[in-house]
Amino acid sequence: MSDQVKTKAASKEDYILEVSHLKKYFPIKGGFFGGTTGNVKAVDDVSFRIPRGTTMGLVGESGCGKSTTGRTILRLLEKTDGTVLFNGEDVNTADKKKLRELRTKMQIIFQDPYSSLSPRLPIGEIIGEAVKEHGLVPKDQYNDYITQVMLNCGLQEYHKDRYPHEFSGGQRQRICIARALALKPEFIVCDEPVSALDVSIQAQIINLLKELQEKMNLTYLFISHDLSVVEHISDTIGVMYLGGLVETGTTEEIFGEPLHPYTKALFSAIPMPDPDIKINRTILEGDIPSPSNPPKGCKFHTRCRDCMGICKEQPPEIRDMGNGHTVRCHLYDK
Amino acid sequence: MAGNKKSANYISAKESREISRRNRKITTEMEKKRNRKNIPESEYVTNMKNPDNCVEFDNVHTYFFTDIGTVKSVSGVSFEVPQGKTVGIVGESGCGKSVTSLSLMQLVQRPSGQTVEGEIRFNAGDGKAYNVVNAPAEVMQKLRGNYMSMIFQEPMTSLNPVFRIGEQVDEVISLHNPDMSKEQIKGRTIEMLDMVGIANKEGVYRMYPHELSGGMRQRIMIAMALACSPKLIVADEPTTALDVTIQAQVLDLLRKLKDEINSSIMLITHDLGVVAEMADYVVVMYAGRVIEKGTAKEIFKDPRHPYTIGLMNSKPVVGKHIDRLYSIPGSVPNPVDMPDYCYFKDRCEMCVAGCEGVYPQAYQISPTHVVSCYRCKEGGMSK
Repeated sequence: MSDQVKTKAASKEDYILEVSHLKKYFPIKGGFFGGTTGNVKAVDDVSFRIPRGTTMGLVGESGCGKSTTGRTILRLLEKTDGTVLFNGEDVNTADKKKLRELRTKMQIIFQDPYSSLSPRLPIGEIIGEAVKEHGLVPKDQYNDYITQVMLNCGLQEYHKDRYPHEFSGGQRQRICIARALALKPEFIVCDEPVSALDVSIQAQIINLLKELQEKMNLTYLFISHDLSVVEHISDTIGVMYLGGLVETGTTEEIFGEPLHPYTKALFSAIPMPDPDIKINRTILEGDIPSPSNPPKGCKFHTRCRDCMGICKEQPPEIRDMGNGHTVRCHLYDK
Repeated sequence: MAGNKKSANYISAKESREISRRNRKITTEMEKKRNRKNIPESEYVTNMKNPDNCVEFDNVHTYFFTDIGTVKSVSGVSFEVPQGKTVGIVGESGCGKSVTSLSLMQLVQRPSGQTVEGEIRFNAGDGKAYNVVNAPAEVMQKLRGNYMSMIFQEPMTSLNPVFRIGEQVDEVISLHNPDMSKEQIKGRTIEMLDMVGIANKEGVYRMYPHELSGGMRQRIMIAMALACSPKLIVADEPTTALDVTIQAQVLDLLRKLKDEINSSIMLITHDLGVVAEMADYVVVMYAGRVIEKGTAKEIFKDPRHPYTIGLMNSKPVVGKHIDRLYSIPGSVPNPVDMPDYCYFKDRCEMCVAGCEGVYPQAYQISPTHVVSCYRCKEGGMSK
């Protein structure tokens, strides 16, 4: 798999998704006249590229803007600034007709399989609704197609007429995956798809996602706060903090040699399932600051161990450390 | 089997009525027994088997009498929590780990949920031990908070949104120490907030829950639980709703506070990493039963039950590269209609001839390591 990644990255051509300087601000309304008094900078200047057929993991604490990034890419939320190129086409300027076409190519799997399925529709209709709407398959093949999609995702044909409440959490997540796959997408945003599931069910879903990727050459943006899952499934990783990417690189690079102090702290907080390992933790003090009023200079300086004078004054630039490993920290200024 | 499953999930209205009538008979009888006035002390004061233990669960059965049948959430659970130690209880959702802890606190939703059999002996110190299963409400009210207290999973929903933080912590202290003055109570609350590492304690005292982040709220919950220096802290998934960095903070705090007030912790979680880090002893539960228990080292280094082994293999570990995660086939049996053989047999890939028989008894592997599996019958069986 990793060989494949390298050759694809080397060709420099086949990026399915290119995000540059993406910003998403949510205005805060208030004051006497109900005007805008400030902005919550949920996503603030995020750039990355995903090669076709690979998985990019997006990690970070809750509230750091991972999900907003995913949704803004899919244009479920309108961006504030920046560009998102999908297969070379700008998603944000696409007109209605173009967007409809794009929608089938980009899909999303949500976190909570309990609230993301309509309780009043049988499974077959949940999966097939969008297929019918977009007219992807001829009417006479429709039934067989849905059955095929369900079988691919580990569901049985007789499940078609059942309702979501009859399924367990893991099976519901399979339904969500089937719903996304039915449109023959090229790119799927997986927004914490396994967080709500038990460990043994998690393994099933992760295996399924990996299998489908190999079979259909899918590209994933895998959003999660569970670092061990991200390491397992991703080829490249982006670490987010307070709306910005602080470090990006291949999985081996990031886990082998984390550079940013935040990444280091994040990794040392992972509990290891081995009672003999007692890691010397660097425990982060305090909480993530409010994104409506981020700290001046480097956003992380309020919690950083290696904070220097310059960190409080100037926001650091993105620095390329070679091998596609970038970091945004003054420690590596030379 | 298929027919049975169907009848458990889809029952006719007539059957359902009959079941609920039967249930009502059982539960009213139990409630009557529990609500008697002046229950003699001899019924609930007992002796610990080992005075070094803080809690002893002895063959506890907690059932829920529902309209589709009796759900045996906890059936025959036995383990001990030694004083000053941390015991981790792991298992998937629905395996009965939360109900076990609620049975200890006597917070199971009555009247449909009842502890029908077994003893839970709680060592209150000064030579007194209570069997909380039979203890009347007044005694339980004294035990809860003062001697044992609970940290709940959701810090977002377990705080009351319309009261200030200070008031909510004050309430706990004033209820259990009726002779303290208002100033003393406030002083104690501030002291508690300081102890759980809240820097701006005077400010937080006057805040509402919505003004605090998830990690801070969980700290408040811990402060409330520890306000009366209990001997036992029951932490029901204390970090599941939190981020890894905040989780590390909270676990660190729990460990420190445990030593400070010298109490025991019963840690309920499904995260094996958290258990490995915190627990001295580990209890693995499956479908309402303890399938394996032992010291943390024994469970993590030498797991014997196929379910424990599967659980360990299904979690990706940072730094270990595998192509495919192991996933345990099948799903948990229907709780209304449990089989009479080993509950794990239908999902087990390591079945031996003996597995056809009744539910396996607990086999001792070492003085502390106990496994309920036929593969361990001879004792020397390895993985």
